Amino acid sequence: MIKIDAQNVDFYYGDFHALKHISMQIEAHTSVAFIGPSGCGKSTFLRLFNRMNDLIPDTHLTGNVFIDGRNIYDKSEKVDQLRKNVGMVFQKPNPFPKTIYENVAYGLRVNGINDESYIEETVVKTIKQVALWDEVKDKLRESAFALSGGQQQRLCIARALAISPSILLMDEPTSALDPISTGKIEDLIHELKEQYTIVIVTHNMQQAARVSDKTGYFYLGELIEYGDTRKIFTNPEKESTQNYITGRFG
Amino acid sequence: MKVIEHEIVSLKNSVSEMWSLVHQQIYNAGEAMLTGDKELAYKVISRERRVNAFELKIDSDCEDIIALYAPVAIDLRFVLAMYKINTNLERLGDFAESIARFTCNLPESEPIDPQLIKETRVQEMLDQLLEMISLAQEAFDKESSEIASRIFIKDNLIDEINHHSTTTIAKYIEQHPGSALAGLYMAGVIRKMERFGDHCTNIAEELIFYLDAKVMKHMGKTEKETEK
Repeated sequence: MIKIDAQNVDFYYGDFHALKHISMQIEAHTSVAFIGPSGCGKSTFLRLFNRMNDLIPDTHLTGNVFIDGRNIYDKSEKVDQLRKNVGMVFQKPNPFPKTIYENVAYGLRVNGINDESYIEETVVKTIKQVALWDEVKDKLRESAFALSGGQQQRLCIARALAISPSILLMDEPTSALDPISTGKIEDLIHELKEQYTIVIVTHNMQQAARVSDKTGYFYLGELIEYGDTRKIFTNPEKESTQNYITGRFG
Repeated sequence: MKVIEHEIVSLKNSVSEMWSLVHQQIYNAGEAMLTGDKELAYKVISRERRVNAFELKIDSDCEDIIALYAPVAIDLRFVLAMYKINTNLERLGDFAESIARFTCNLPESEPIDPQLIKETRVQEMLDQLLEMISLAQEAFDKESSEIASRIFIKDNLIDEINHHSTTTIAKYIEQHPGSALAGLYMAGVIRKMERFGDHCTNIAEELIFYLDAKVMKHMGKTEKETEK
């Protein structure tokens, strides 16, 4: 089943043509990695899926992005509903200045849920889901800032999952983490794709190879190659892709 | 030049050196056998240690590149192919040594009868094998899968000579009962040479995998020729 369907997308920051004629289909319950050098447009493309770019002044988009068959840029679409369905995890862990418990409960509360027993059940479930429970079960009422970077990032993933999205966007989610924490997040991605569709931007080639089913290589705003990760990392179609992944780029 | 490229060039040079050494070993082993030159045969036996040393070095270099540089795409295929070609070259080196030992073990009083050499077509077989090894090395140096694919058809002649060798040698022993030992030794050499041919085709398959990402293993010969 096609979860995300981008059709002939162009995106501009003012006069700068950041994304050029990009079409891509992402199937449900798969993980897709976007790779490419800095400034190639991969994060810009990722942020289109929950309309994060709407917040940037003087930008505009042409083309269509469908999620579950609905055009998310249609005027009738509600952005808050979209973002409830499409969670996002950023490069640096960004917990709120609240307790561990309240960080995860936050999304539920702002979505109007007041049932404390439901909130508690969801908080516990999602903290367990991100394999953080054993590390924090005795300090749920302590500040989230007391956690390590890797724990904070898993907490942010739990926060995103608490509102039951179907898509999780991850923009370099492990670039600020040590290898142990990175390994935990990667294991998590493997587990989460059973229930969610995951799109991850990464500069780490091996991470893209390890965690994704499909990989898209971007260069200068174009999608150069998109296909099975195994194929991209063993026998890419395009020379440009090969040069990039083998480190011979530029 | 990127760091991984240095490693790849260095690995390529080592494999190329080993290739030349193995070619020389087979040439010398064949020459020693055909001329009964035991001194040359002993030289082959003593140089086998160098082939083994190359094998260990190349294995270790491949492991280091995989562990330290995590190669992908053509780099990964190159390292995997070199790892396997290394094993095949080492086996070719072993065969050269065993042919040299056969020459050393022949009684002084009984050099190989030129008629046996002629009838078994062992010289023709040896020339064809040396050509296959040279062709494979040329394909490796020029990075040409087209040249590598020419090796498959050359193996046909080796198989054909091997196929007829048992009858030929049986007839020879019947006619020369006093040379039965030489005849049996020769049968052993021809079997080894037939395996030489298989190792050369394995090498060609690995070269095509590295250059074109095509898997040629377990294909019939016709299929391989059509594929290329």
